Amino acid sequence: MEFLLQQLVNGITLGGVYALVALGYTMVYGIIQLINFAHGEIYAAGGYMGVILISWLFAQGYPPAICLGAALLLAMGYCALLAMAVEKVAYKPLRHSSRLSVLLSALGMSIFLQNGLMLTQGVYDRAYPGEMVQGGFEVAGAVVSYMQVIIVSVTIVLLLALNLLVFKTRIGKAMRATAQDKTMSALVGINSSRIISLTFAIGAALACAAGIMVGLYYGSVRYDMGFVPGIKAFSAAVLGGIGNITGAMIGGLLIGMIEVFAAGYISSEYKDVFAFIILIAVLYFMPTGIMGENVDDTRV
Amino acid sequence: MTIRASKLWLGYGVAMAWFFVLLWPLLGIKAEGLEFAESISIWLKVAVAAAILLGLHQLKQGGLFRFLEKPTQAASAAADALAARVPRWLALCAVAACALAFPMLTERYAHDVAISVLVYIILGLGLNVVVGLAGLLDLGYIAFFGVGAYTYALLSVHFELSFWLCLPIAACFSAIAGCIIGYPTLRMRGDYLAIVTLGFGEIVRIVINNWMSLTNGPNGVLGIKSPGAYWFKDGSFEHIWLNSLEQLYYIILGLAMLTIVAVYRLNYSRIGRAFEAVREDQTAAELMGVNTLRLKLLAYAMGAVFGGIAGTFFAARMKFVSPESFTFIESAMVLAMVVLGGMGSIPGVILGSLALIALPEVFRGFEMYRMFVFGGVMAVMMIFRPKGLWPAKRMGARSEERD
Repeated sequence: MEFLLQQLVNGITLGGVYALVALGYTMVYGIIQLINFAHGEIYAAGGYMGVILISWLFAQGYPPAICLGAALLLAMGYCALLAMAVEKVAYKPLRHSSRLSVLLSALGMSIFLQNGLMLTQGVYDRAYPGEMVQGGFEVAGAVVSYMQVIIVSVTIVLLLALNLLVFKTRIGKAMRATAQDKTMSALVGINSSRIISLTFAIGAALACAAGIMVGLYYGSVRYDMGFVPGIKAFSAAVLGGIGNITGAMIGGLLIGMIEVFAAGYISSEYKDVFAFIILIAVLYFMPTGIMGENVDDTRV
Repeated sequence: MTIRASKLWLGYGVAMAWFFVLLWPLLGIKAEGLEFAESISIWLKVAVAAAILLGLHQLKQGGLFRFLEKPTQAASAAADALAARVPRWLALCAVAACALAFPMLTERYAHDVAISVLVYIILGLGLNVVVGLAGLLDLGYIAFFGVGAYTYALLSVHFELSFWLCLPIAACFSAIAGCIIGYPTLRMRGDYLAIVTLGFGEIVRIVINNWMSLTNGPNGVLGIKSPGAYWFKDGSFEHIWLNSLEQLYYIILGLAMLTIVAVYRLNYSRIGRAFEAVREDQTAAELMGVNTLRLKLLAYAMGAVFGGIAGTFFAARMKFVSPESFTFIESAMVLAMVVLGGMGSIPGVILGSLALIALPEVFRGFEMYRMFVFGGVMAVMMIFRPKGLWPAKRMGARSEERD
């Protein structure tokens, strides 16, 4: 029972992180029907920006809470700019090319960014300074660390903010309109290229937050840390129904849970395999996912 | 300055400012304090290079290089005429002769590089069948290389089967793996397919890494035998091991030539044309009576066979295999070769392998930058030259191109 509860806590933490990354995939897919291959690298860049900024702020003698908050905001801004640059270079000039070309250019961009991180930050793990957030408490035998509390609460705040942005504001309305029909939304005066840029930026900011929190949780970051979580988050987006924001949140949570429980009860060596198997099974048996609408021929 | 030109330079300014904002935090913010020297020096280099390129572009637009057009056109026409006069078989013979004479003219180190180039040529041509001909983006291709390598490694270590016997066995195993991977992905297109094959590639690597009792996990398999042969010596046939790099070079050269001929024949066969039909328009192909499901499976299996052959040789040459050789980066590398050279083009893939494997050996100091540069080149190629360095020739004209 205690073990189950502990896995539940860990699963929610991990699931929240996957949900944040999955949102970037699903939003970009919803608007241009393409996988953003460089998204995992944005997540890694976020993790690195977190290390860099927190180390610097910490050395200036600010208290941990301010370090964390300021680093989170600055790094999210940085990743938004990075993702917009990726969009301008790898996606925008190819808007009318074949899907294969866009995919390849995005893949090239992903390799470029990953190796750029390696060249500027080194091949080895980079540790977060000291123990930023220590300790925890016990609930019915399961240990909940304060870091997990922070991760879950930041995730919830970001998800709520995103929901407000997408469903309650004019910008959100424009985004939804562009996702539904680019030509029609352009006819009513929505600048679709600006909306696409914005979508990339928002997705990147969320992925960046996820990267920082994972870095804090495990204590270090690595230049290739974005690759596997990227695929898992994409699986989460597909599981929830690609293009659907609520679906991505649910999918992320489910994938996190499944991974933690599979690692705990079946085999920890094969934990990475389960997410891939789910991805394949969902695409094969239920390509629309949990919350997805009907999928037309161009998507699957 | 025209409005267009000033807009261009304004864009340049914004892009460079943006680039600096992205570059500086990575290099300049240190726990000890803020630094500017390193990032500014890199930024200046990039900015100057970009300014020169942009300036040249402007001058070209303005017609400054028009005086060069005539001589270059004349030169290329002359070169074309010369190439047309030399028969194709002569050119091919010359290339083949160079390849055969290569080990006699060069050093050990060059043999080593040449062997890797040839292995990657086989891999590139195999992936070319899947990506270039059938248009199915496969990001887990290296898995078949791994299946081939492990098949030979295990059969050689446990059962002492010979390389030549294992070659077809490994090819069969890879083909089966190709079908297993291909089957669930058949209903998907484009980017879903890409990410699922990526997942499959990772699954294969993780399984190899963790199945200790079979594959010895991350420690790898040691003691794989070289290819053997019977050689006439002192009046009788004697069994020898083909150990030296020169002998291995000839083996892989033979395998590569076999692959080239096979892929060339495939290109111009009925199946090859059906692959192209599927690539161009699946629905139309289906309407014309092409069995798209079977063909896609066939494309996967064929690509996998070449991957398996390359893998078998790789295991025999290294005498050691471990899961580290089959990571995603390797898949991306092979894909980069196909894309760089030109999808669907055999000389293109060969050129791509030479560029990606041999060039970094020449510029050894830049080893670190290899994948960085190739990632960037891959993205830029798609914008400026999506057909690759040596584009594939189409058979016949398309209806919209005819008039």
